[in-house]
Amino acid sequence: MTADTQVTDTTDAPGPAGGTLDAVGVSAWFGQRKVLEQVDIVMNSGEVTALIGPSGCGKSTFLRILNRMHELVPAATLAGSVLLDGEDVYGTALALTEVRRRIGMVFQKPNPFPAMSIADNVTAGLKLTGRRPADREALVEECLRRASLWDEVRGRLTAPAGGLSGGQQQRLCIARSLAVRPDVLLMDEPCSALDPTSTRRVEETIGELKEQVTIVIVTHNMQQAQRVSQRCAFFLAEEDSPGRVVEQGPTEQVFQHPEDPRTADYVNGRFG
Amino acid sequence: MDRNPPRGPIREGPGTPVTTETPRTITARLSRGDRVYRAVTTSAAATVLVTIVLITVFLVLTAIPAIQRAGWSFFTTTAWNPDEPSGRFGIAAMMYGTAVTGLIAMVFTVPISIATAVFINEYAPRALKGGLTTAVEVMAAIPSIIFAGWGLHVLIPFLDPMEKWAVDHLGGVFFVFEAREIGSSFFNVGLVISLMAIPITTSIMRAVLAQAPRHECEGALALGATRWGMVRTVVLPFGRGGMIGASMLGLGRALGETMAATLIFSFAFEIKPRLFENGGVTIASGIAIYFKESRELGLSALMAAGAALFLVTFMINLLAARVVDRAERAAR
Repeated sequence: MTADTQVTDTTDAPGPAGGTLDAVGVSAWFGQRKVLEQVDIVMNSGEVTALIGPSGCGKSTFLRILNRMHELVPAATLAGSVLLDGEDVYGTALALTEVRRRIGMVFQKPNPFPAMSIADNVTAGLKLTGRRPADREALVEECLRRASLWDEVRGRLTAPAGGLSGGQQQRLCIARSLAVRPDVLLMDEPCSALDPTSTRRVEETIGELKEQVTIVIVTHNMQQAQRVSQRCAFFLAEEDSPGRVVEQGPTEQVFQHPEDPRTADYVNGRFG
Repeated sequence: MDRNPPRGPIREGPGTPVTTETPRTITARLSRGDRVYRAVTTSAAATVLVTIVLITVFLVLTAIPAIQRAGWSFFTTTAWNPDEPSGRFGIAAMMYGTAVTGLIAMVFTVPISIATAVFINEYAPRALKGGLTTAVEVMAAIPSIIFAGWGLHVLIPFLDPMEKWAVDHLGGVFFVFEAREIGSSFFNVGLVISLMAIPITTSIMRAVLAQAPRHECEGALALGATRWGMVRTVVLPFGRGGMIGASMLGLGRALGETMAATLIFSFAFEIKPRLFENGGVTIASGIAIYFKESRELGLSALMAAGAALFLVTFMINLLAARVVDRAERAAR
């Protein structure tokens, strides 16, 4: 039923090795309230970057700025720029839909399309961006395998996605994001609604994916940040001031030898 | 409440433990406030039922003489001469007119309402959103006589050249476009009726579609979907049941609409496929026109026609409820 141009694209080729995302001087406001100030973070390909910090410090806002979801909120504004392999995602060279396709997102609450079948969920992004996979079945299997879900759902690919457990739904969302071959995958507390077993599986998935896509993850779980990430940025919004990055660097350094006493307090569980 | 309930079997009244293993009848003692509130709400709900029953009884009782006289021909006769000594009368033409104008109205109402609702919810700039929503609601409050008058004096003359063109060029090809004279046709009546059905339909559709889960919408957008892709994948499938229900309510409004047909039609009791040709009648407009001049049997016949219309709209609503119900269950 779609009138979109159907481009048979190269979805069988191995995915790109990920893109580098470079946030430069990013500030953000909701109406008059400033929530982020001058954030500079480089998120390298081949690495997992974790964004940590107490609630309300602007991590999720920052994450949503990276793939232009921020502007969906009424009265939300921003300053600075986000470069994807050197190109400004807020510039005119990149279309909004292209930005979001290349920078995928997994949300805090699993959000598959519940009435759609499991297989259709995986390919939904292709359909939505007007493309058609050369080999649909192979793509579905590949993405579900990469999201570590294949073995659990291989026998019921036509069943509605709404019938999966929360952890399975979240991994289905990861598979759905991977199917459009993103360069970057943003994850907003992807495990906060999951049980420990599902959390472990998602973490394993992240570990396997990081060679193929650049991953940026927001997490409240210090152990998780240490387990999955190579780089880490600590956000903090002190009283009546917008969120800033207090400290960033290799995860091990941030956790073992933090330079700022506030980072030390946070990663050691003394506040937040 | 007993602060220290006795252990062991549950007691019903002093000294009579209930030990049989059959489901108990549980009686709750309501407070006085609850009893009053229940009485008020019950009688309000009962008023609705009683009104429906009374109207049905009234319609059936007054319709009986006409139905007895006409028999089954009441449903097949197109002419309407109940007050003449041996005049024939039936609702075939009126029913046909009602159905055709209703269908034409729906052809305009459903797509325009869906598009308007989607525009207000998903595309309209924030500054426009509130104003448009209010405008739709205000449109619903405009009396039908105003719509009918505006349609007759502004819209129909405006469309006249286009209709003339369509009749001239397509009339020989498709019989629906054939017409000797145009202006007060099924098409124009249906079009004006759609103006009255659009506000209520749009208003309900907008409310239903606004309930579409935002996190699923964001999921679609985050995959690189266009707004329209998101609407097609998340919003419309979610709102399917509600949209059908809203359309059915709009159809109910269209079938019962009186003023447009009364003002615009040049009355003709005939069944014809020529939608652009002058002349036609609907049940509601037939009743409106003949009510004052009818004598005993004429009134009875009009009530019978009214009962038929009531039955049809009732069935449509019943069907709509079932469709909506099924769609909602499928969406879960």
